[in-house]
Amino acid sequence: MAQAPNYTAYHPRWLRRRVSTYWWLGSWSYFAFVLREASCLFVAWFVVYLLLLVRAVLQGDASYQQFLAWSARPAILLLNITSFLFLVYHAFTFFDAAPRAMVVHIGKTRAPASLIAAGHYLAWALASAVVFWILLGHR
Amino acid sequence: MRDHITLQVARYRPEKESETTFDEYEVPCPKDWVVLDGLNHIKDKLDGTLSYRWSCRMGICGSCGMTVNGEPKLTCATFMADYAPGPLRIEPLRNFPIIRDLIVDLGDFMRKLVSVKPWIVRDHEKPVSEGEYRQTPLELDEYKQFSMCINCMLCYAACPIYGLDPKFIGPAAIALAQRYNLDNRDEGASQRLEVLSEHAGIWGCTFVGECTKVCPKHVDPAGAIQRYKLTAALEEIKTFFMPRGA
Repeated sequence: MAQAPNYTAYHPRWLRRRVSTYWWLGSWSYFAFVLREASCLFVAWFVVYLLLLVRAVLQGDASYQQFLAWSARPAILLLNITSFLFLVYHAFTFFDAAPRAMVVHIGKTRAPASLIAAGHYLAWALASAVVFWILLGHR
Repeated sequence: MRDHITLQVARYRPEKESETTFDEYEVPCPKDWVVLDGLNHIKDKLDGTLSYRWSCRMGICGSCGMTVNGEPKLTCATFMADYAPGPLRIEPLRNFPIIRDLIVDLGDFMRKLVSVKPWIVRDHEKPVSEGEYRQTPLELDEYKQFSMCINCMLCYAACPIYGLDPKFIGPAAIALAQRYNLDNRDEGASQRLEVLSEHAGIWGCTFVGECTKVCPKHVDPAGAIQRYKLTAALEEIKTFFMPRGA
């Protein structure tokens, strides 16, 4: 018979404590975890922002200029700066987690976690360099 | 008093209380006394009614896990002098029902542990006359870290997911499943995957990572779960592209 996890027969006086709604404020590491989870919302926002940018570009120069003016509004600027900071945080936590999930063998030796993390950071740096080259190199 | 420290110990006496209360005790605090020594001093000299679990006193049995100043700790490996001048607050492990004082019920974990078959599963056992199942040191290294688990339950106490969703199988059980999956003598990975690929299994974990931080044996249950997620995802892709099997 399947047993409900909160009920144990014949032991009605066991004390079961509920987890507080604010458990994530109890320690810095819980709070950092919740921030990491919340960073997904900002990732989603940047996807939407990118789609809006693509649509504006496709609709012509006037629409693109309108999009730039809208993006320069203080509220949107603040949102984008916040989103950028959360995205950087998201990337750091993701790259730090990667060696925990990936086990890579080089020959018969297991690659150290630092090497896997370094590979991710290197790929990130290269991708960023390409983006900067596209943005600045063609001027 | 510098050579003494105050222990605020959680008490739950179900015959007369419906909530946890705290009793304070002054105990000696020499630099080589751990929290468990302080509790034993209370039990022997100050208050014989205090209830708690302990056994080996050397970080092997996993019995004396408690919450010390808000953090899950093995009390036999936590020195009171590190918390001087105190006070030190000793509570039962979080996320488990309290039976009495500092004793919690671990039945939920025991049931879950059995469900992941933490033993070597063979499709066909070979007779003893054919010899042993051999293993190289490199093959041993693949799972050794996960075999160090002593079932102390600190990881369950640190895991907010287990606290919020008691159906979650939890860190230690998954790490132990992974210990057998990575053992080259084992053939039970697919049986375990059936249990662990459910929502209450690996996908319940959102990688808070606290289980690994509090583990006194450096088992890294969070790492085991993330590796298992990767394996489960690859198996799912394989099933999708090769429904009749490879």
